[in-house]
Amino acid sequence: MSVQLEESPTTGDEVISNYTINFGPQHPAAHGVLRMVMELDGEIIERIDPHVGLLHRGTEKLIEHKTYLQALPYFDRLDYCSPLCQEHSYVLAIEKLLNVEVPERAQYLRVLFAELTRISNHMLNIGAHVMDVGAMTPNLWVFELREDCMNFFERASGARMHSAYFRPGGVHQDVPLKLLTDIGDWVDGRLPELFGDAMSLVIDNRIFKQRNVDIAVVEKDDAVAWGFSGPMIRGSGIAWDLRKSQPYDVYDRMHFEVPVGTNGDCYDRFMVRVEEVKQSARIIKQCLAEMPEGPIASDDTKVSPPKRGEMKQSMEALINHFKLYTEGFKVPAGEVYVATESPKGEFGVYLVADGSNKPYRCKIRPTAFSHLQAMDFMCRGHMLPDAAAILGAIDVVFGECDR
Amino acid sequence: MTVVHSAPKSASHDGVMKTLGRAFSSMMLGAHEANGELIFSIKRDDIEDALRILRDDHEYQQLMEIAGADYPDRNERFEVVYMLLSLTKNHRIMLKVSTDEATPVPTATGLWPNAGWLEREVFDLYGVLFDGNTDLRRILTDYGFEGHPFRKDFPLTGYTELRYSEEDKRVVYEPVELAQDLRQFDFMSPWEGADYILPGDEKAEVPAAPAPKAEAKAKPAAKKTAAKKTPAKKAAKPKAKTKPKASKPKKGDKS
Repeated sequence: MSVQLEESPTTGDEVISNYTINFGPQHPAAHGVLRMVMELDGEIIERIDPHVGLLHRGTEKLIEHKTYLQALPYFDRLDYCSPLCQEHSYVLAIEKLLNVEVPERAQYLRVLFAELTRISNHMLNIGAHVMDVGAMTPNLWVFELREDCMNFFERASGARMHSAYFRPGGVHQDVPLKLLTDIGDWVDGRLPELFGDAMSLVIDNRIFKQRNVDIAVVEKDDAVAWGFSGPMIRGSGIAWDLRKSQPYDVYDRMHFEVPVGTNGDCYDRFMVRVEEVKQSARIIKQCLAEMPEGPIASDDTKVSPPKRGEMKQSMEALINHFKLYTEGFKVPAGEVYVATESPKGEFGVYLVADGSNKPYRCKIRPTAFSHLQAMDFMCRGHMLPDAAAILGAIDVVFGECDR
Repeated sequence: MTVVHSAPKSASHDGVMKTLGRAFSSMMLGAHEANGELIFSIKRDDIEDALRILRDDHEYQQLMEIAGADYPDRNERFEVVYMLLSLTKNHRIMLKVSTDEATPVPTATGLWPNAGWLEREVFDLYGVLFDGNTDLRRILTDYGFEGHPFRKDFPLTGYTELRYSEEDKRVVYEPVELAQDLRQFDFMSPWEGADYILPGDEKAEVPAAPAPKAEAKAKPAAKKTAAKKTPAKKAAKPKAKTKPKASKPKKGDKS
C-alpha cells in the first residue's frame, strides 16, 4: 500500500493512505466464489487483483480418465447457466475428429436448444445484473422465463439443468411434436410479453442508466487485445459472432442480426444481451418452421447407439450398444480446437485424441477467464459500487471460469 | 477426405501455410494440417517473435488460449499450444512449442495483456516456466498447493484432502485416504493390447508344470526305454496345441 499525497480527491487537509479490502469470496454480487483484493483510495478503485480458482474441480483431468461419452456431462457442470452450449463445443470437437455426419433434424434440434439455452442464460444474467445495481422486480419476472426454458429442457432430455442432450453424432432423443408447438407458442406469446414488460422497467430507467452508462468503457482495440468475445466484444462495437462468421450446424441458414454497442460501456453490453434474446427468439422460430423429419442421430453404429427396438431383434445392435456403453467409441489420433458462440462468448475445446477411447487432453477455453482478467483494467478509477455493475456486465460463472 | 461434420467453418487454409512458412523461415520446426487445423511448431526461443509477426504482419489480432499438454515419453515433455484468431481474416491457427520442467518459454505478456493469466494457468497445472512473466503465481489451485496436478504422473485423487475438524474448529489438511479403491475401468478389448492377464490366461502360461507329473506317473508303469520317450512327446504335444489356439483369435480379430 502506498501513501497518498495531499492531492487525494477524497480528503481535505488530512492525508489518508490507501486501504485494501476483500471483495468475496462469498459476496452476493460476485456471482459465485470470486475473491477480489481491491486497493481503494477512498471509494475509488486503484487496483484489483482477482483470485479465481476457488471452484476448481479438475474437470479437465477428470475428463482424461473418462470415455468420450462419459466426459460429456462434465460440460453441463462447467457453465451451469448455459449447459447445452458447452456440450455443443465438445460434441462438435469429437465429430470433427471422427468426421461424422450429423442428420439435419439433429442439427436443427441442437441449434434450437442452443438458442433456448442462450435465452435462459441471458435471463439469469440480465436479471442478476439489474439486481446488482438495485432493481428487484425485473429479476423475478425474467426468472419466470428461465423457469419455462428449464421446463422445455426437462421435456426434451429429462433433466432441467444438466441435460446431457447433445451427443456425438446427434442428440440423445427425438422431441415430441407437442414440445415444439409449445416452444413456438412460448416464443410468440409469453416470452416477448413478459420480457418486454421487464425490460420496459429497466432500459430507460434513470437509476439504471446512471449506474451503467459510461461505466467501464472498453475501446475496440482494448477489447481485441484482452481477448474479449461474445457480448463483451460486441458491446465494444465489433460485429463478431461465431454463429455468423464461423457457422456450425445449421447456423449458416439462420436469419438473424448481430447487435453491437456504440460506446463499449456496461449499458451497451447489457443492451446487446437484450437484443440477442430477441434474435434468439427469431432463430428458434425459424428452426421450428424449417425443421425436417428424419433421424436424430448419426447412422454410424460405432458412434451412436442403436434404437431400443432394434436391440430386441438384432444381435449386432445389442453388441454395438454394449460396446458403446462400456468401451465407448475410439477417436482417431489428432487434435482440434473447436470454438462455438456460447451465450457468454467464445467457448472452446482443445481436444487431443490418441486413438483410444479416452481423450488424451481436453483443454477447455472458458469465456470468463479473459474477461475477468480485464477486471483490473476496466475497474481502475471507478467507484467501488461500479465493480458490481462491471462484474454483472461481464456475465461470469465460476463453474466455467475455474473448471 | 471429404468433410461431412458440421463443426465451425472458418476461412480456408489455402496458401496460409506457404505464406506463414516463409514469414517464419528459420523459426519454424515444422507445420502440418490435419483435421482441418493448421499447426505450426516453433522453436522455443523464437515463439515471441513468431507471435509478434503473426499479430503485426498477418492480422492475427487475438490470442484466444494457451493450452499446456504433457507427453511424458518425449524428451521435452511439455507442449504449450497458442491458439490465435484473426478477426479480419476469419481464420484460426495454432502454434506449438515444447519444453521441459526446467527450461522457460518466453512470455507473450508483452504482446497480449491477457496472456498473463493464460500462462499462469499453464504454470500452475503443468509447471512450465515463462520467462518474463512478472506475475507467475498459481491461479487455479489452492493457496499453498504443491505440485502440478495436470501432469500425467500426478494421481487423479491428489495427495491431500481437507475437511472441517470439529476438535480444532478449523479446516485441516490430511493425506488422501480412500475408503475404496479408485474405480478405474479398462474397457479396452483384451485382444487389442490390454496390459494385464485375463482370468484363466495364467493357465496357458505354465504348460511346463503338468509335464513332469505325467513323466513321474508314467515312469513306474511303463517299460524303461520306450516309456521315457512317449511321455516326453505327450508333454510336448499339448504345448504345441495350446499355443496356436491362443494365437488364433488374435489373427482373426485383427483382420
